[in-house]
Amino acid sequence: MSKRNTTTRSGRAPDERVVVTGIGVTAPNGVGTEAYWAATLDGKSGLARITHFDPERYPTRVAGVVQEFDAAEYVPSRLIVQTDHWTHLGLAATAMALDDAGVDPAELPEYEMAVVTASSSGGNEFGQREIEKLWSKGPQYVGVYQSIAWFYAATTGQVSIRYGMRGPCGVICAEQAGGLDVAAQARRLLRREARLVVTGGTDASRSPYALVAQITSGMLSTRDDPVRAYLPFDVDACGHVPGEGGAMLIAEGESAARDRGAVPYGVIAGYGASFDPRPEPGRPPRANLARAIRLALDDARVRPDQVDVVFADAVGVPERDLAEAAAIGEVFGPRAVPVTAPKTMTGRLYGGGAALDLATALLAIRDGVIPPTVGVTSPAPGCDLDLVLGAARETPVRTALVLARGYGGFNSALVVTAP
Amino acid sequence: MTMFTLDDVRRILRRCAGAPEGDALDGDIADVPFAELGYDSLALLEMAAHVQQEYGIRIPDDAIEEMPTPRAAVEYLNRRFAGEPSR
Repeated sequence: MSKRNTTTRSGRAPDERVVVTGIGVTAPNGVGTEAYWAATLDGKSGLARITHFDPERYPTRVAGVVQEFDAAEYVPSRLIVQTDHWTHLGLAATAMALDDAGVDPAELPEYEMAVVTASSSGGNEFGQREIEKLWSKGPQYVGVYQSIAWFYAATTGQVSIRYGMRGPCGVICAEQAGGLDVAAQARRLLRREARLVVTGGTDASRSPYALVAQITSGMLSTRDDPVRAYLPFDVDACGHVPGEGGAMLIAEGESAARDRGAVPYGVIAGYGASFDPRPEPGRPPRANLARAIRLALDDARVRPDQVDVVFADAVGVPERDLAEAAAIGEVFGPRAVPVTAPKTMTGRLYGGGAALDLATALLAIRDGVIPPTVGVTSPAPGCDLDLVLGAARETPVRTALVLARGYGGFNSALVVTAP
Repeated sequence: MTMFTLDDVRRILRRCAGAPEGDALDGDIADVPFAELGYDSLALLEMAAHVQQEYGIRIPDDAIEEMPTPRAAVEYLNRRFAGEPSR
Protein backbone atom coordinates (compact mmCIF):
# COMPACT_ATOMS: atom_id res chain seq x y z
CA MET A 1 0.00 0.00 0.00
CA SER A 2 1.23 3.45 -0.81
CA LYS A 3 1.69 5.68 2.16
CA ARG A 4 -0.38 8.29 0.34
CA ASN A 5 -3.43 6.16 1.09
CA THR A 6 -3.27 6.90 4.77
CA THR A 7 -3.66 10.66 4.35
CA THR A 8 -6.88 11.69 6.03
CA ARG A 9 -9.10 13.87 3.95
CA SER A 10 -10.41 17.18 5.09
CA GLY A 11 -14.11 17.36 5.88
CA ARG A 12 -16.47 17.74 2.94
CA ALA A 13 -19.72 19.62 3.02
CA PRO A 14 -22.86 18.73 1.07
CA ASP A 15 -23.14 22.34 -0.09
CA GLU A 16 -19.44 23.01 -0.72
CA ARG A 17 -18.91 25.14 -3.80
CA VAL A 18 -17.17 23.25 -6.55
CA VAL A 19 -14.81 25.15 -8.84
CA VAL A 20 -12.96 24.48 -12.07
CA THR A 21 -9.25 25.19 -11.73
CA GLY A 22 -7.81 23.77 -14.93
CA ILE A 23 -8.84 23.47 -18.58
CA GLY A 24 -7.32 21.53 -21.46
CA VAL A 25 -8.71 21.71 -24.99
CA THR A 26 -8.23 19.67 -28.15
CA ALA A 27 -10.56 21.17 -30.75
CA PRO A 28 -10.79 21.30 -34.53
CA ASN A 29 -10.05 25.03 -34.48
CA GLY A 30 -7.27 24.91 -31.90
CA VAL A 31 -5.15 22.58 -29.79
CA GLY A 32 -4.48 24.08 -26.37
CA THR A 33 -6.89 26.27 -24.44
CA GLU A 34 -5.55 29.64 -25.53
CA ALA A 35 -5.14 28.66 -29.19
CA TYR A 36 -8.74 27.41 -29.22
CA TRP A 37 -10.04 30.46 -27.40
CA ALA A 38 -8.26 32.95 -29.67
CA ALA A 39 -9.57 31.15 -32.76
CA THR A 40 -13.08 30.99 -31.33
CA LEU A 41 -13.20 34.69 -30.48
CA ASP A 42 -11.96 35.42 -34.01
CA GLY A 43 -14.71 33.28 -35.51
CA LYS A 44 -12.12 30.94 -37.04
CA SER A 45 -13.77 27.70 -38.04
CA GLY A 46 -12.21 24.25 -37.97
CA LEU A 47 -14.75 22.77 -40.37
CA ALA A 48 -13.33 21.43 -43.63
CA ARG A 49 -13.66 18.65 -46.15
CA ILE A 50 -12.56 15.32 -44.67
CA THR A 51 -9.00 14.39 -45.71
CA HIS A 52 -8.08 11.50 -43.38
CA PHE A 53 -10.00 9.22 -45.76
CA ASP A 54 -11.65 9.81 -49.12
CA PRO A 55 -15.20 10.92 -48.21
CA GLU A 56 -16.47 11.02 -51.80
CA ARG A 57 -18.74 7.98 -51.43
CA TYR A 58 -20.38 9.25 -48.25
CA PRO A 59 -23.25 11.74 -48.07
CA THR A 60 -21.44 13.74 -45.35
CA ARG A 61 -18.05 15.04 -46.46
CA VAL A 62 -17.36 17.97 -44.12
CA ALA A 63 -16.19 17.52 -40.52
CA GLY A 64 -14.37 19.27 -37.71
CA VAL A 65 -11.07 17.42 -37.48
CA VAL A 66 -8.35 18.32 -34.97
CA GLN A 67 -5.36 19.62 -36.95
CA GLU A 68 -1.67 19.63 -36.11
CA PHE A 69 -2.10 17.20 -33.24
CA ASP A 70 0.89 14.99 -32.51
CA ALA A 71 -0.15 12.45 -29.89
CA ALA A 72 3.51 11.71 -29.11
CA GLU A 73 3.83 15.23 -27.73
CA TYR A 74 1.44 14.34 -24.90
CA VAL A 75 1.07 10.57 -24.71
CA PRO A 76 3.76 7.97 -23.94
CA SER A 77 4.56 5.61 -26.80
CA ARG A 78 3.34 2.59 -24.83
CA LEU A 79 -0.09 4.20 -24.45
CA ILE A 80 -0.37 5.40 -28.04
CA VAL A 81 -0.41 1.86 -29.42
CA GLN A 82 -2.94 0.71 -26.81
CA THR A 83 -5.50 3.45 -27.31
CA ASP A 84 -7.73 5.07 -29.89
CA HIS A 85 -7.29 8.60 -31.23
CA TRP A 86 -10.17 9.69 -28.99
CA THR A 87 -8.20 8.63 -25.93
CA HIS A 88 -5.06 10.36 -27.26
CA LEU A 89 -7.09 13.58 -27.44
CA GLY A 90 -8.38 12.97 -23.90
CA LEU A 91 -4.96 12.20 -22.45
CA ALA A 92 -3.53 15.30 -24.12
CA ALA A 93 -6.34 17.52 -22.81
CA THR A 94 -5.92 16.03 -19.33
CA ALA A 95 -2.18 16.75 -19.32
CA MET A 96 -2.92 20.35 -20.32
CA ALA A 97 -5.67 20.71 -17.71
CA LEU A 98 -3.53 19.37 -14.85
CA ASP A 99 -0.69 21.65 -15.89
CA ASP A 100 -3.10 24.60 -16.07
CA ALA A 101 -4.45 23.79 -12.60
CA GLY A 102 -0.92 23.54 -11.22
CA VAL A 103 -1.66 20.10 -9.80
CA ASP A 104 0.85 17.31 -9.34
CA PRO A 105 -1.30 14.19 -8.85
CA ALA A 106 1.65 12.34 -7.29
CA GLU A 107 1.32 14.64 -4.28
CA LEU A 108 -2.36 13.91 -3.64
CA PRO A 109 -4.01 10.88 -1.99
CA GLU A 110 -4.75 8.45 -4.80
CA TYR A 111 -8.18 7.37 -3.52
CA GLU A 112 -9.34 10.99 -3.31
CA MET A 113 -8.78 11.68 -7.00
CA ALA A 114 -11.36 10.52 -9.53
CA VAL A 115 -11.83 10.57 -13.28
CA VAL A 116 -15.32 10.93 -14.76
CA THR A 117 -15.51 11.46 -18.52
CA ALA A 118 -18.20 11.53 -21.15
CA SER A 119 -17.95 9.25 -24.15
CA SER A 120 -20.29 8.60 -26.99
CA SER A 121 -18.44 6.92 -29.84
CA GLY A 122 -15.76 4.80 -28.18
CA GLY A 123 -12.59 3.83 -30.00
CA ASN A 124 -14.16 3.45 -33.41
CA GLU A 125 -11.11 4.16 -35.58
CA PHE A 126 -9.05 1.60 -33.67
CA GLY A 127 -11.97 -0.81 -33.87
CA GLN A 128 -12.42 -0.37 -37.59
CA ARG A 129 -8.72 -1.08 -38.17
CA GLU A 130 -8.91 -4.32 -36.18
CA ILE A 131 -12.16 -5.42 -37.81
CA GLU A 132 -10.53 -4.86 -41.21
CA LYS A 133 -7.68 -7.17 -40.11
CA LEU A 134 -10.23 -9.75 -38.99
CA TRP A 135 -11.97 -9.73 -42.37
CA SER A 136 -8.89 -9.57 -44.55
CA LYS A 137 -6.34 -11.68 -42.66
CA GLY A 138 -8.03 -13.61 -39.89
CA PRO A 139 -8.60 -13.53 -36.15
CA GLN A 140 -4.94 -14.10 -35.20
CA TYR A 141 -4.14 -10.71 -36.72
CA VAL A 142 -6.54 -8.80 -34.48
CA GLY A 143 -4.45 -6.92 -31.94
CA VAL A 144 -4.94 -7.62 -28.25
CA TYR A 145 -5.43 -3.94 -27.46
CA GLN A 146 -8.75 -3.98 -29.26
CA SER A 147 -10.05 -5.51 -26.03
CA ILE A 148 -9.37 -2.30 -24.10
CA ALA A 149 -9.17 0.45 -26.73
CA TRP A 150 -12.71 0.52 -28.05
CA PHE A 151 -14.85 0.74 -24.99
CA TYR A 152 -16.42 3.87 -23.57
CA ALA A 153 -14.51 3.83 -20.28
CA ALA A 154 -11.09 3.59 -21.97
CA THR A 155 -10.22 7.28 -21.61
CA THR A 156 -11.33 7.38 -17.98
CA GLY A 157 -9.34 4.20 -17.32
CA GLN A 158 -6.16 5.34 -19.04
CA VAL A 159 -6.23 8.74 -17.30
CA SER A 160 -6.85 6.98 -13.99
CA ILE A 161 -3.91 4.61 -14.53
CA ARG A 162 -1.56 7.23 -15.85
CA TYR A 163 -2.02 9.62 -12.93
CA GLY A 164 -2.74 7.13 -10.16
CA MET A 165 -6.28 8.40 -9.61
CA ARG A 166 -8.02 5.53 -7.85
CA GLY A 167 -11.10 7.25 -6.46
CA PRO A 168 -14.67 6.76 -7.72
CA CYS A 169 -14.09 6.82 -11.48
CA GLY A 170 -16.72 6.43 -14.15
CA VAL A 171 -17.94 7.22 -17.63
CA ILE A 172 -21.29 8.64 -18.73
CA CYS A 173 -22.69 7.85 -22.16
CA ALA A 174 -25.52 10.26 -22.92
CA GLU A 175 -24.29 11.45 -26.31
CA GLN A 176 -23.87 15.23 -26.35
CA ALA A 177 -25.50 15.67 -22.91
CA GLY A 178 -22.80 13.56 -21.25
CA GLY A 179 -20.31 16.43 -21.12
CA LEU A 180 -22.57 18.24 -18.64
CA ASP A 181 -23.68 15.14 -16.76
CA VAL A 182 -20.04 14.38 -15.87
CA ALA A 183 -19.52 17.87 -14.44
CA ALA A 184 -22.55 17.30 -12.21
CA GLN A 185 -21.16 13.91 -11.17
CA ALA A 186 -17.81 15.57 -10.39
CA ARG A 187 -19.63 18.01 -8.13
CA ARG A 188 -21.40 15.16 -6.31
CA LEU A 189 -18.11 13.35 -5.75
CA LEU A 190 -16.34 16.48 -4.52
CA ARG A 191 -19.06 16.96 -1.92
CA ARG A 192 -18.41 13.46 -0.66
CA GLU A 193 -15.12 11.64 -0.82
CA ALA A 194 -13.16 13.23 -3.63
CA ARG A 195 -10.64 16.05 -3.44
CA LEU A 196 -9.99 16.40 -7.17
CA VAL A 197 -11.92 15.17 -10.19
CA VAL A 198 -10.74 15.09 -13.78
CA THR A 199 -13.90 15.61 -15.78
CA GLY A 200 -15.03 16.57 -19.27
CA GLY A 201 -14.74 14.43 -22.35
CA THR A 202 -13.46 13.93 -25.84
CA ASP A 203 -14.74 11.95 -28.79
CA ALA A 204 -13.34 11.12 -32.20
CA SER A 205 -16.09 9.62 -34.27
CA ARG A 206 -13.91 9.92 -37.34
CA SER A 207 -13.53 6.60 -39.13
CA PRO A 208 -15.75 5.78 -42.12
CA TYR A 209 -17.57 3.25 -39.94
CA ALA A 210 -18.23 5.90 -37.29
CA LEU A 211 -19.42 8.38 -39.86
CA VAL A 212 -21.85 5.86 -41.31
CA ALA A 213 -23.17 5.13 -37.82
CA GLN A 214 -23.88 8.83 -37.28
CA ILE A 215 -25.50 9.28 -40.67
CA THR A 216 -28.26 6.95 -39.49
CA SER A 217 -29.47 9.70 -37.11
CA GLY A 218 -30.67 11.63 -40.17
CA MET A 219 -29.33 14.81 -38.55
CA LEU A 220 -25.99 15.19 -40.36
CA SER A 221 -25.37 17.91 -42.89
CA THR A 222 -24.74 16.77 -46.44
CA ARG A 223 -23.55 20.15 -47.69
CA ASP A 224 -20.05 20.44 -49.19
CA ASP A 225 -19.38 24.10 -48.42
CA PRO A 226 -17.87 24.20 -44.90
CA VAL A 227 -19.15 27.75 -44.45
CA ARG A 228 -22.75 26.76 -45.17
CA ALA A 229 -22.75 23.21 -43.81
CA TYR A 230 -23.78 23.87 -40.19
CA LEU A 231 -26.23 26.73 -39.63
CA PRO A 232 -28.23 26.17 -36.44
CA PHE A 233 -31.29 28.42 -35.99
CA ASP A 234 -30.89 29.68 -39.58
CA VAL A 235 -33.55 29.56 -42.29
CA ASP A 236 -30.99 27.54 -44.22
CA ALA A 237 -30.31 25.02 -41.42
CA CYS A 238 -29.50 21.57 -42.83
CA GLY A 239 -28.31 19.42 -39.95
CA HIS A 240 -24.98 19.46 -38.15
CA VAL A 241 -21.38 18.72 -38.99
CA PRO A 242 -19.66 16.01 -36.94
CA GLY A 243 -16.45 16.87 -35.15
CA GLU A 244 -13.81 15.44 -32.87
CA GLY A 245 -12.00 16.59 -29.75
CA GLY A 246 -13.34 18.14 -26.58
CA ALA A 247 -12.12 19.45 -23.26
CA MET A 248 -10.97 18.10 -19.93
CA LEU A 249 -11.45 20.07 -16.75
CA ILE A 250 -10.04 19.87 -13.24
CA ALA A 251 -12.75 20.27 -10.60
CA GLU A 252 -12.05 20.78 -6.90
CA GLY A 253 -13.86 21.85 -3.78
CA GLU A 254 -13.45 25.60 -3.46
CA SER A 255 -11.78 25.57 -0.05
CA ALA A 256 -9.20 22.97 -1.10
CA ALA A 257 -8.53 24.89 -4.30
CA ARG A 258 -8.09 28.21 -2.48
CA ASP A 259 -5.93 26.56 0.19
CA ARG A 260 -3.40 25.52 -2.41
CA GLY A 261 -3.49 28.94 -4.06
CA ALA A 262 -5.37 27.93 -7.20
CA VAL A 263 -7.22 30.61 -9.17
CA PRO A 264 -10.60 29.16 -10.18
CA TYR A 265 -12.19 29.88 -13.54
CA GLY A 266 -15.65 29.59 -12.10
CA VAL A 267 -18.14 27.62 -10.05
CA ILE A 268 -20.20 24.62 -11.16
CA ALA A 269 -23.28 26.18 -9.65
CA GLY A 270 -26.30 24.30 -10.90
CA TYR A 271 -27.38 21.29 -12.90
CA GLY A 272 -30.61 19.90 -14.22
CA ALA A 273 -31.45 16.99 -16.48
CA SER A 274 -34.61 15.71 -18.10
CA PHE A 275 -35.58 13.16 -20.67
CA ASP A 276 -37.87 13.53 -23.65
CA PRO A 277 -40.83 11.15 -23.97
CA ARG A 278 -41.02 8.66 -26.79
CA PRO A 279 -42.45 10.28 -29.93
CA GLU A 280 -46.07 9.32 -30.49
CA PRO A 281 -47.54 8.97 -33.98
CA GLY A 282 -49.82 11.84 -34.89
CA ARG A 283 -48.64 14.06 -32.06
CA PRO A 284 -45.99 16.77 -32.18
CA PRO A 285 -42.81 15.70 -30.38
CA ARG A 286 -42.69 16.87 -26.78
CA ALA A 287 -39.46 18.31 -25.42
CA ASN A 288 -38.49 18.65 -21.80
CA LEU A 289 -35.50 20.93 -22.25
CA ALA A 290 -37.18 23.84 -20.44
CA ARG A 291 -37.58 21.63 -17.38
CA ALA A 292 -33.84 20.87 -17.35
CA ILE A 293 -33.11 24.61 -17.60
CA ARG A 294 -35.40 25.44 -14.68
CA LEU A 295 -33.92 22.68 -12.56
CA ALA A 296 -30.41 23.98 -13.22
CA LEU A 297 -31.33 27.59 -12.43
CA ASP A 298 -33.11 26.54 -9.23
CA ASP A 299 -30.15 24.41 -8.21
CA ALA A 300 -27.84 27.39 -8.75
CA ARG A 301 -30.30 29.75 -7.01
CA VAL A 302 -30.10 31.96 -10.08
CA ARG A 303 -33.02 33.87 -11.60
CA PRO A 304 -33.37 33.89 -15.40
CA ASP A 305 -32.60 37.62 -15.51
CA GLN A 306 -29.24 36.95 -13.85
CA VAL A 307 -28.03 34.76 -16.70
CA ASP A 308 -25.62 36.62 -19.00
CA VAL A 309 -25.33 34.09 -21.82
CA VAL A 310 -26.74 30.77 -23.00
CA PHE A 311 -24.52 28.32 -24.87
CA ALA A 312 -27.06 26.55 -27.04
CA ASP A 313 -27.15 22.89 -28.01
CA ALA A 314 -27.74 24.09 -31.59
CA VAL A 315 -28.22 20.78 -33.33
CA GLY A 316 -28.97 22.43 -36.67
CA VAL A 317 -32.13 20.43 -37.45
CA PRO A 318 -34.96 22.95 -37.97
CA GLU A 319 -37.65 21.40 -35.74
CA ARG A 320 -35.14 20.69 -32.99
CA ASP A 321 -33.70 24.21 -33.21
CA LEU A 322 -37.26 25.53 -32.87
CA ALA A 323 -37.82 23.35 -29.81
CA GLU A 324 -34.64 24.69 -28.22
CA ALA A 325 -35.52 28.29 -29.05
CA ALA A 326 -38.98 27.70 -27.55
CA ALA A 327 -37.49 26.29 -24.34
CA ILE A 328 -35.11 29.26 -23.99
CA GLY A 329 -37.99 31.66 -24.74
CA GLU A 330 -40.25 29.90 -22.24
CA VAL A 331 -37.76 30.40 -19.40
CA PHE A 332 -36.18 33.75 -20.32
CA GLY A 333 -38.73 35.47 -22.54
CA PRO A 334 -38.19 36.48 -26.18
CA ARG A 335 -34.70 37.81 -27.00
CA ALA A 336 -34.06 38.34 -23.31
CA VAL A 337 -30.62 36.72 -23.07
CA PRO A 338 -27.66 36.47 -25.48
CA VAL A 339 -27.43 33.02 -27.05
CA THR A 340 -24.41 31.61 -28.85
CA ALA A 341 -23.18 28.41 -30.47
CA PRO A 342 -19.41 28.43 -30.94
CA LYS A 343 -19.76 24.77 -31.92
CA THR A 344 -20.52 26.17 -35.38
CA MET A 345 -16.70 26.37 -35.58
CA THR A 346 -15.98 22.82 -34.40
CA GLY A 347 -18.97 20.71 -35.34
CA ARG A 348 -20.77 18.65 -32.74
CA LEU A 349 -18.21 16.70 -30.72
CA TYR A 350 -20.65 14.27 -29.05
CA GLY A 351 -19.07 13.19 -25.75
CA GLY A 352 -16.63 16.09 -26.05
CA GLY A 353 -19.06 18.76 -27.19
CA ALA A 354 -20.73 19.94 -24.01
CA ALA A 355 -17.45 19.68 -22.12
CA LEU A 356 -15.93 22.07 -24.65
CA ASP A 357 -18.95 24.39 -24.33
CA LEU A 358 -18.49 24.33 -20.56
CA ALA A 359 -14.81 25.23 -20.94
CA THR A 360 -15.80 27.99 -23.37
CA ALA A 361 -18.37 29.37 -20.93
CA LEU A 362 -15.71 29.55 -18.22
CA LEU A 363 -13.36 31.41 -20.58
CA ALA A 364 -16.21 33.81 -21.42
CA ILE A 365 -16.57 34.51 -17.69
CA ARG A 366 -12.82 34.98 -17.31
CA ASP A 367 -12.47 37.46 -20.16
CA GLY A 368 -15.90 39.14 -20.26
CA VAL A 369 -16.62 38.27 -23.87
CA ILE A 370 -19.16 36.05 -25.60
CA PRO A 371 -17.77 34.13 -28.59
CA PRO A 372 -19.78 34.28 -31.80
CA THR A 373 -21.96 31.87 -33.71
CA VAL A 374 -20.50 31.73 -37.22
CA GLY A 375 -22.18 31.14 -40.58
CA VAL A 376 -25.68 31.97 -39.39
CA THR A 377 -27.06 35.09 -41.08
CA SER A 378 -30.86 34.75 -41.18
CA PRO A 379 -32.48 33.29 -38.07
CA ALA A 380 -35.46 31.09 -38.91
CA PRO A 381 -38.98 32.30 -38.09
CA GLY A 382 -39.77 31.18 -34.55
CA CYS A 383 -36.12 31.22 -33.46
CA ASP A 384 -36.71 34.42 -31.53
CA LEU A 385 -33.27 34.57 -29.94
CA ASP A 386 -30.65 37.25 -29.32
CA LEU A 387 -28.02 35.28 -31.23
CA VAL A 388 -24.45 36.53 -30.99
CA LEU A 389 -23.68 36.51 -34.70
CA GLY A 390 -20.62 37.41 -36.73
CA ALA A 391 -18.33 38.82 -34.06
CA ALA A 392 -17.63 38.28 -30.37
CA ARG A 393 -19.60 40.49 -27.99
CA GLU A 394 -17.73 42.12 -25.11
CA THR A 395 -19.86 42.20 -22.00
CA PRO A 396 -19.36 41.17 -18.39
CA VAL A 397 -20.27 37.50 -17.97
CA ARG A 398 -20.88 36.37 -14.41
CA THR A 399 -23.40 33.61 -15.02
CA ALA A 400 -23.56 31.28 -18.02
CA LEU A 401 -25.99 28.51 -18.88
CA VAL A 402 -24.82 25.62 -21.05
CA LEU A 403 -27.38 23.40 -22.79
CA ALA A 404 -26.83 19.98 -24.30
CA ARG A 405 -29.19 17.45 -25.83
CA GLY A 406 -28.06 13.92 -26.40
CA TYR A 407 -29.44 11.87 -29.26
CA GLY A 408 -32.27 9.71 -27.97
CA GLY A 409 -33.83 12.23 -25.60
CA PHE A 410 -31.23 13.37 -23.07
CA ASN A 411 -31.48 17.02 -21.96
CA SER A 412 -28.93 18.58 -19.63
CA ALA A 413 -28.38 22.11 -18.43
CA LEU A 414 -25.50 23.43 -16.37
CA VAL A 415 -25.01 26.83 -14.76
CA VAL A 416 -21.51 28.17 -14.18
CA THR A 417 -20.85 31.38 -12.29
CA ALA A 418 -17.88 33.67 -11.77
CA PRO A 419 -15.62 32.55 -8.91
CA MET B 1 18.15 -22.05 -38.89
CA THR B 2 16.30 -18.92 -37.76
CA MET B 3 17.87 -17.24 -34.78
CA PHE B 4 15.84 -14.96 -32.57
CA THR B 5 17.85 -12.30 -30.73
CA LEU B 6 17.38 -9.61 -28.11
CA ASP B 7 17.29 -7.06 -30.91
CA ASP B 8 14.33 -8.90 -32.40
CA VAL B 9 12.57 -8.59 -29.04
CA ARG B 10 13.31 -4.86 -29.02
CA ARG B 11 12.19 -4.40 -32.61
CA ILE B 12 8.92 -6.30 -32.24
CA LEU B 13 8.00 -4.76 -28.89
CA ARG B 14 8.60 -1.25 -30.21
CA ARG B 15 6.39 -1.94 -33.18
CA CYS B 16 3.53 -3.73 -31.47
CA ALA B 17 3.51 -2.35 -27.94
CA GLY B 18 5.43 0.93 -28.06
CA ALA B 19 8.61 1.98 -26.27
CA PRO B 20 8.69 2.39 -22.50
CA GLU B 21 9.21 5.89 -21.09
CA GLY B 22 12.89 6.84 -21.24
CA ASP B 23 13.27 4.05 -23.82
CA ALA B 24 14.65 1.51 -21.37
CA LEU B 25 14.65 -1.04 -24.22
CA ASP B 26 17.99 0.28 -25.41
CA GLY B 27 19.77 -0.77 -22.24
CA ASP B 28 20.90 -4.10 -20.87
CA ILE B 29 17.48 -5.64 -20.65
CA ALA B 30 18.12 -9.38 -20.97
CA ASP B 31 17.27 -10.21 -17.38
CA VAL B 32 14.90 -7.34 -16.56
CA PRO B 33 11.38 -8.70 -16.14
CA PHE B 34 9.01 -7.46 -18.84
CA ALA B 35 6.73 -6.10 -16.13
CA GLU B 36 9.55 -3.83 -14.91
CA LEU B 37 10.10 -2.61 -18.46
CA GLY B 38 6.43 -1.61 -18.54
CA TYR B 39 5.08 -4.50 -20.62
CA ASP B 40 2.08 -6.32 -19.22
CA SER B 41 0.59 -9.64 -20.29
CA LEU B 42 -1.33 -7.98 -23.11
CA ALA B 43 1.92 -6.61 -24.52
CA LEU B 44 3.47 -10.09 -24.40
CA LEU B 45 0.46 -11.64 -26.12
CA GLU B 46 0.80 -9.00 -28.80
CA MET B 47 4.53 -9.74 -29.14
CA ALA B 48 3.77 -13.46 -29.48
CA ALA B 49 1.15 -12.72 -32.16
CA HIS B 50 3.64 -10.65 -34.14
CA VAL B 51 6.30 -13.38 -33.90
CA GLN B 52 3.75 -15.90 -35.17
CA GLN B 53 2.88 -13.67 -38.12
CA GLU B 54 6.46 -12.81 -39.01
CA TYR B 55 8.05 -16.24 -38.58
CA GLY B 56 5.08 -18.43 -39.38
CA ILE B 57 5.30 -20.57 -36.28
CA ARG B 58 2.53 -21.21 -33.79
CA ILE B 59 2.95 -19.96 -30.25
CA PRO B 60 0.26 -20.94 -27.75
CA ASP B 61 -1.16 -18.15 -25.57
CA ASP B 62 0.11 -19.71 -22.36
CA ALA B 63 3.67 -19.62 -23.70
CA ILE B 64 4.00 -16.09 -22.36
CA GLU B 65 4.28 -17.68 -18.92
CA GLU B 66 7.61 -19.06 -20.05
CA MET B 67 8.82 -15.63 -21.07
CA PRO B 68 9.14 -13.53 -17.92
CA THR B 69 12.26 -11.75 -19.25
CA PRO B 70 13.66 -10.88 -22.68
CA ARG B 71 16.36 -13.58 -22.24
CA ALA B 72 13.71 -16.18 -21.44
CA ALA B 73 11.70 -15.07 -24.47
CA VAL B 74 14.73 -15.39 -26.77
CA GLU B 75 15.54 -18.84 -25.39
CA TYR B 76 11.96 -20.05 -25.62
CA LEU B 77 11.48 -18.78 -29.15
CA ASN B 78 14.79 -20.26 -30.34
CA ARG B 79 13.73 -23.64 -28.95
CA ARG B 80 10.52 -23.30 -30.91
CA PHE B 81 12.40 -22.35 -34.09
CA ALA B 82 14.59 -25.42 -33.53
CA GLY B 83 11.49 -27.51 -33.77
CA GLU B 84 10.79 -28.27 -30.13
CA PRO B 85 7.08 -28.70 -29.64
CA SER B 86 5.28 -26.28 -27.39
CA ARG B 87 4.24 -27.83 -24.13
